[in-house]
Amino acid sequence: MIRYLSKRMAALPLVLLCLTALIFSLVLFLSPYERLAVFIPNADVVGGNIPFDQLVHQYGLDQPFYVQYWSWLGGLLHGNLGWSPSAGMPVAEALAKYFPATLELMLVGALMVFPPGIWLGMHAATHHNRWSDQTARVGTILGVSLPEFIFGLVLMVLFYGWLGWLPPGRFSQWAEDAVYLSSFHRYTGMTTVDGLLNGRPDIAFDALRHLLLPALAYSIGLLSTVLRMTRSSLLETLNKEYVMTARAKGLMERVVIRKHALRNALLPVVTLGGTIVARMLGGAVIVETVFNYHGMGMFIVSAAQGLDFPAILGASLLIGVIIIVTNLVIDILYVVLDPTVELR
Amino acid sequence: MDSLLKVLRNPLGLAGVLLILFWAVIALSAPALCPPAHADAPYAIARISYSSIPGPPSAKAWLGTTGGGYDILYGIVWGSRNAFRVGLVVVSVSLVIGVLLGGIGAFIGGWADEIVMRVTDLFMSFPFLIAVIVMSIVLGKGLDKMIIALIVFGWRQYARIMRGEVLAIKGKDFVNSARSIGMSSTRLFFRHVLPNAIFPAFVLASLDIGATVLIAASLSFLGVGAEPGFADWGQMINFSRGWVLGVTGSPFLYWYTYVYPSLAIVTFVLGWTLLGDILRDVLDPKLRKSLYKSKGGGDEQG
Repeated sequence: MIRYLSKRMAALPLVLLCLTALIFSLVLFLSPYERLAVFIPNADVVGGNIPFDQLVHQYGLDQPFYVQYWSWLGGLLHGNLGWSPSAGMPVAEALAKYFPATLELMLVGALMVFPPGIWLGMHAATHHNRWSDQTARVGTILGVSLPEFIFGLVLMVLFYGWLGWLPPGRFSQWAEDAVYLSSFHRYTGMTTVDGLLNGRPDIAFDALRHLLLPALAYSIGLLSTVLRMTRSSLLETLNKEYVMTARAKGLMERVVIRKHALRNALLPVVTLGGTIVARMLGGAVIVETVFNYHGMGMFIVSAAQGLDFPAILGASLLIGVIIIVTNLVIDILYVVLDPTVELR
Repeated sequence: MDSLLKVLRNPLGLAGVLLILFWAVIALSAPALCPPAHADAPYAIARISYSSIPGPPSAKAWLGTTGGGYDILYGIVWGSRNAFRVGLVVVSVSLVIGVLLGGIGAFIGGWADEIVMRVTDLFMSFPFLIAVIVMSIVLGKGLDKMIIALIVFGWRQYARIMRGEVLAIKGKDFVNSARSIGMSSTRLFFRHVLPNAIFPAFVLASLDIGATVLIAASLSFLGVGAEPGFADWGQMINFSRGWVLGVTGSPFLYWYTYVYPSLAIVTFVLGWTLLGDILRDVLDPKLRKSLYKSKGGGDEQG
């Protein structure tokens, strides 16, 4: 186990090096002038006399690819990811500000995806071919076919436009004012947690109200995926001989399913975890835009629209690290849950 | 053919095929349904007005207009061609690249397999949507550029699924016997291994067409996909984003701006998902067997 872990950890920097080189190579699609133009606020202000060639040379934008990549890597090792014009702050600072918001959204989303998905999948499998199973089947197909932005818009029209229950944005105005006071400590950057830690449950509740709709908007497709995986995996497990043995021993059906079948059937669902994290990060881009929720997804969209290359690189790096680490954790979890699998 | 008949005999599968046929008919008869004003630029959505406020369904625009005066019916009808184009081109090119890379890598084995899989892992370690957003930004706006961006990150899943299949087939007796009678590796791969390994990739492809159209619509919705005014379902929703909440007192005032384009996207994607889903059940012998067993040996229909 220790050997396997150290091997994977040793490979990590290499993978990240390749990943950043891959992302950085996108820079070749843009001319040095396009990249420079983002940093020049307004041609009129400076009088229209901008020494473009000199600036391109000064910042090394005309250097060969590997020189530019090397200097970016050097900055990275010093914790410097560059300046993001679209956010108006250093990239590292912007990520530290926006990522917790997205993480919070993902955690609430995970609560909406896994427990209901597994429960419904179990119900569908144990009632195989009955009406609840058929409903689950049609429902999941609908769930996968419904784009996040359409479901998000519908939710917003219903719960904000019509009923006025759940507002878009990340805070209500009063909560935002309170959060940015110096007496409010941002321990984690996640408003729900910080609200509770600061003894302000009202702020935590306000944050939760803003989280519900966006989380729901991207959870429905993922819930369908988890439901299907649980259902088909449990159906297969219920045909296994050890389940027959457990039944033959005279165990109650509930015990057979919960103790014997479900535990084994959930192994494939665990491997889904990596996919789900990746899809939540992707979905965040859309639901955060729909609900005007200022997190990393919106940061990426505005950076992309403004050709803000340092921001795109920084965010991509963070996302790559998250996915790679998640996959590692899931591999380890898989071994812990299934003793028959051996790590190589 | 046999499996296609089985799909059609399943009510859900039939519904999927009918939905796809419906959109195919619309796409083919687009010039008759909505004659373009300028024959050389049929994909520019006809504008009824230049008003920024959406207009309700009327005799001039049957389904109403979006913000900016774009005719919703025109956009939906001509947009169906682009939905097919994006879905079919992206998926078929990704399928060919992925199947060849993953299949040949696994067939040769050793270092070739290792290299292909590491590259696949690298492309996998990134959320599809964000990768495509970044890619289409550097390439610029336009449907063709969006298609390229989707292909660059679309082949990876085919490579992975193909690898597993080829590895499983490689050691089978018929492959060994073909090799032992002196068949060349190239011929062996294309004549025997590939046809036996490709079905799961086909099932994935049919599911993927819907998913690809969905991602493309999301990109246009975010404003990083097609050019402004280009007939694209996602973009039509983007035009009206500022209006979806209606006005105070009547939240559903501009319902037509998002309901019709949404219906188009959802039914199109639903058609492909249903087809792919039922096709998978028909082709997946493992699942069929478990269905068969649990019903105590009845008919095969799920």
